Amino acid sequence: MPQLPASAGLGFKAQHLPDILATRPRLGFFEVHAENHMGAGGRPQRDLERLHADYALSIHGVGLSIGGAGPLDADHLARLKALVDRHQPESFSEHLAWSSHGGAYLNDLLPLPYTPETLSRVAEHIEQVQAVLGRRMLLENPATYLTFADSTILETDFLGELVRRTGCGLLLDVNNVFVSAINQGFDPRDYLARFPMAAVGEIHLAGHEADRLPGGPLLIDSHGAPVAEPVWALYAEVIAAIGPRPTLIEWDNDVPDFATLLAEAGRAAAILEGPRHALAG
Amino acid sequence: MRLQAEVQAGFRAALFGARPPEGLGPQGELRFAVYRNNVLHGLARALAQRFPVIEALLGAESFVALARAFLAVEPPASPLLFAWGEGFADFLDAMPALAALPYLGDVARLEWARGLAWHAADARAVDPRHLLAAAQSPASLRLGLHPALRLLETRHAAHSIWAAHQPGGSLTGLDPFRPESTLIQRDPADRIVTEALSPPDARMLRALMHGAALLAALSAAGPGHDPTPLILRLVRHGAIISLTGVST
Repeated sequence: MPQLPASAGLGFKAQHLPDILATRPRLGFFEVHAENHMGAGGRPQRDLERLHADYALSIHGVGLSIGGAGPLDADHLARLKALVDRHQPESFSEHLAWSSHGGAYLNDLLPLPYTPETLSRVAEHIEQVQAVLGRRMLLENPATYLTFADSTILETDFLGELVRRTGCGLLLDVNNVFVSAINQGFDPRDYLARFPMAAVGEIHLAGHEADRLPGGPLLIDSHGAPVAEPVWALYAEVIAAIGPRPTLIEWDNDVPDFATLLAEAGRAAAILEGPRHALAG
Repeated sequence: MRLQAEVQAGFRAALFGARPPEGLGPQGELRFAVYRNNVLHGLARALAQRFPVIEALLGAESFVALARAFLAVEPPASPLLFAWGEGFADFLDAMPALAALPYLGDVARLEWARGLAWHAADARAVDPRHLLAAAQSPASLRLGLHPALRLLETRHAAHSIWAAHQPGGSLTGLDPFRPESTLIQRDPADRIVTEALSPPDARMLRALMHGAALLAALSAAGPGHDPTPLILRLVRHGAIISLTGVST
């Protein structure tokens, strides 16, 4: 199965399609949110076909609720299968989070406690997704604002055990690591040192915002700003350690013009290409 | 240790309530508020994107309050947010606080229909030359119509109110209590056509959509009605996708 190239990609916004088609920028791939392209027809489907004719495609789900306590939504999984079968993307990824409960979709990536109970269930859900889609999926580490008193397993160990049990890959969101580290008071470098890097099939970079709380700042994973400097620094360290990986710039709110997004992708590309230039020299 | 199902149930109840759930780590209450804000703000924004003219009519602040009330009775049933809001028009109609704006529901119906057209299945329009030949058998000719095509008949002036909120539009002289009919279609260039129809054209289109033959649809329009303008509009908007009942 074709894979995403280990270069920089961008989140696709329909308003940028004319720019993309007119300028054919040098990018490794585009990523779309699965749920925006699940209607029967029209531009949401056609845009994907036009994009995928020239670029590798990553389909990124935000609504499957893989971390949920209940069974996966069979209708939604069938929609995902239809979308993946129709467009044959180079990658499919989802989140370690839940977003639906009691028949209602809550439209956010909500946190779960990390326990033996949740580990078994998430592993079953991943195996079900991989069986239905007939492919390996990537699972993304979340940005979290709180922890559960019930959690007994470190997030990195939880992810490592999921990889071991299901064979899934991981989507390492470096901004999420930084946001959670500041919010939970751990060292992001300790987290990255424990992260199962061999399973990383893609990296996400995004901007965040800071809320002031009495105990110090709380970082919010807003996807509405440039990637922050400390996140670029962590990213460069990860790439130096594990080599180039497909890297996405996510910018979903207050979306800027296409040139601004390209500049962010260019900065990621420079980091990805850095070591190779050094070797060539 | 609590089961995750209990944790989630507490979380969900707290998202729509005033108190945080139990069992959170340090600073749980302040931190939980981030999720509550994300969920409520995100869903209100999704509804506003689906019903932008309702938001313009009410103002952003009132719309958010209304979205939260709607969320309590009809939360999204699936992760497809474009499919959320089917009951919004009826909800607006039934809201006592909005009794002074009785046309809101009809405007919401129009916006809902536009969204359905945007996501409807694709279909290729017939060659107009074939239509010209087929029109020689009007008693038996039936038109297959595009899956995106909608005819919306409203008790209030939904089309005029909607059009007044588009660039260059104006509410001046508008009578919101005038019944209107609106044709909605996704054209071959993927624009959502939203056009007012005269009462005879609306009757004729209704008959065509119910599968009537061309001649029968024309008689539904009423005596002396010229069918050509409506047929030309359907052709221009790519709305005729098959021709049946043509004698050869």
